[in-house]
Amino acid sequence: MLGRFFERHPFWSVVILLAAALLLWAILAPWSEGVEDVLGRKRIFLNALFSGITLGALYFLVASGFTLIFGLMRNVNLAHGSLYLVGGYLGFEISEATGWWILAFPVVFVIAAAMGVILQWAVFRRMEGEELRQVLVTIGLSIVLADIMLWIWGGQSYTVLTPDWLAGPADLPIIAGRDRAGDYTYLRFPAVRIAILLAAIALGVAMWLGLNRTRIGMIIRAGVDDRAMLAAAGVRIQIVFVGVFAFGAGLAGIAGIVGGTFQSLSPGEDTRYLLASLVVVIVGGMGSIPGAALGALIIGVAEQFGSVYAPTYSVVLTFLIMALVLAFRPQGLMGRSR
Amino acid sequence: MAVAETASGTTPAPAGRIPPRYWVTGALLLLMPAIANDFFLYQVFGWAFILGTIALSLQFLAGYGGMVSLLQMSVAALAGYVVAILGTSGTVALSLGWPWWVVIPIALAGACLFATAVGALAVRTEGIYMIMITLAIAAAFFYFTRQNYSIFNGYSGFPGVVPPPVLGLDWRQPVPFYYLTLGVALVCYLVVLYVARAPFGLALQGVRDNPRRMAALGFDVFWHRVLAQGFAAVIAGLGGILLVWQNGQISPGTAGLPAVFDILVVAIVGGLRHPVGPYIGALIYVLLRAFAPDVLQALGLSGERFKMVVGIGFLAVVWWSPDGVLGLWDRWRALRAAGRDPLTGRAGR
Repeated sequence: MLGRFFERHPFWSVVILLAAALLLWAILAPWSEGVEDVLGRKRIFLNALFSGITLGALYFLVASGFTLIFGLMRNVNLAHGSLYLVGGYLGFEISEATGWWILAFPVVFVIAAAMGVILQWAVFRRMEGEELRQVLVTIGLSIVLADIMLWIWGGQSYTVLTPDWLAGPADLPIIAGRDRAGDYTYLRFPAVRIAILLAAIALGVAMWLGLNRTRIGMIIRAGVDDRAMLAAAGVRIQIVFVGVFAFGAGLAGIAGIVGGTFQSLSPGEDTRYLLASLVVVIVGGMGSIPGAALGALIIGVAEQFGSVYAPTYSVVLTFLIMALVLAFRPQGLMGRSR
Repeated sequence: MAVAETASGTTPAPAGRIPPRYWVTGALLLLMPAIANDFFLYQVFGWAFILGTIALSLQFLAGYGGMVSLLQMSVAALAGYVVAILGTSGTVALSLGWPWWVVIPIALAGACLFATAVGALAVRTEGIYMIMITLAIAAAFFYFTRQNYSIFNGYSGFPGVVPPPVLGLDWRQPVPFYYLTLGVALVCYLVVLYVARAPFGLALQGVRDNPRRMAALGFDVFWHRVLAQGFAAVIAGLGGILLVWQNGQISPGTAGLPAVFDILVVAIVGGLRHPVGPYIGALIYVLLRAFAPDVLQALGLSGERFKMVVGIGFLAVVWWSPDGVLGLWDRWRALRAAGRDPLTGRAGR
């Protein structure tokens, strides 16, 4: 696949390779004073980059469920952000009650997945193909859910506590700068973020393998391409739909715990992450898992760099990326044109 | 619309004959200050006309153009911001203090330009993609106004924006404000009715129903959609300017996502089939908003749960009558017509 891309776009391949090499140099090599004068401190650059990548990991967790559901069922679930926030609050309650951060993940996954099953079975199954009605119903649901959550958890913000074994910073083997004595200092980064990043990458790879190498994945891909034919071939498509919806909803719930751990949970976060997943799938391409990963990475990094280097215009940067993608590639970077 | 009316079985009214219910409604609205108190005039009817006007722009786009755009509240807020920035406001350092007859045309032009530019991006996609894209841009507008202090004055926005004293009247008094909003709402309503029957509106409805056939007939589908966005933006902008004057201030929350969804709720609950729908929806919404807290408290619940009432009501409408209140009205008429003998017109068979 890579070879084919190189053959078709030799110019862009060289540009991308050069950019990657430049980025690698900027990350690994110590910056001379001249470079630091132009670009600012290397520590700031690295921090923005790595925060952006972890934010991208979080966005990927939220958006991959959204894009999976959309890709297979053409269901637009605007209550996805509510699932995220419900998952976060429940994760907070569970980890507070039991003291086990890691336990919150499977429990919340199951609860959020159950909510997804109810959504698919009671709502979306009844209005298949009626996109506007789905949008309206899920907007109504998200209004009601947001108010119920405000009722239960109030307006203050919560933070899920990081467990002891992941608390504190970790040293990365990447040079951040020199100290006064002239020795190299290394980048220190919160360990929990590294863990989340690794988990998101593992999950993304697992999802890709599951979709491309297993029988269930084959059924799902067939469903994305032609639902009617798949149903005619004897697959119980409604059960596949429920399963995929449950998985996507569970991912949103888990993302809520992750978001609550390295940011905070409060009313309004639901629409924020709904928006993030919308932008990510618009940039990456609807219904594509690699697209969601690429889009999440781009949006996360752009947001962090924007807030470090141009604080009042960081939203504009995100918006500009979206507008550019829409103008030149309306189906998204990895999307297929229909 | 004429086609729809003949199809549903009623005889089309001859030109110049207006059904009596229009006269009754019009007279009632004109004489309202004689019967209603200040709270009703300013907070209920004034607000309902404003919300209805903004939702009317969505009704035009969605009902006639088939484009559900969630951007209308942001467009309205942009016009309001322009009025606050170029005109006079409590934030003296940022407001330029230009006269109103310069500011209002600029505000409307700015809203129109913004919506046309966004529309040019958004109309390349259809249906659900359009909803998502306009939602994303509306949210971006909200976050941008909240972050930006040099132009939009960030979190606090602009307090103390008042209507200009034209003709020696204080337009924030309930009775003048009532007539101002009524006048704007009426003009917008009639203009939308007119445009829907004009060649442009008919072509737009053709584009909604079958873009490929319209393109084959030589109509420029893209520009019809973009211009519809620009036209709707002017209506939304008028609503936005009135909204700033009514609240006396504008801040990012004016175009926050709850407000964006409120406009959608208002338009859908009223009905997208006819321009009167948004006003009915707005009146229902405003009445709910004004009295639901009292009713909830009387039932022993907290008045803050009013949003849940709105949400559940919206869900119920979408679930049982996707055409909104207007759909219920049509269904009731169809039911009555079905009970009649089609030949003699007498009730009962």
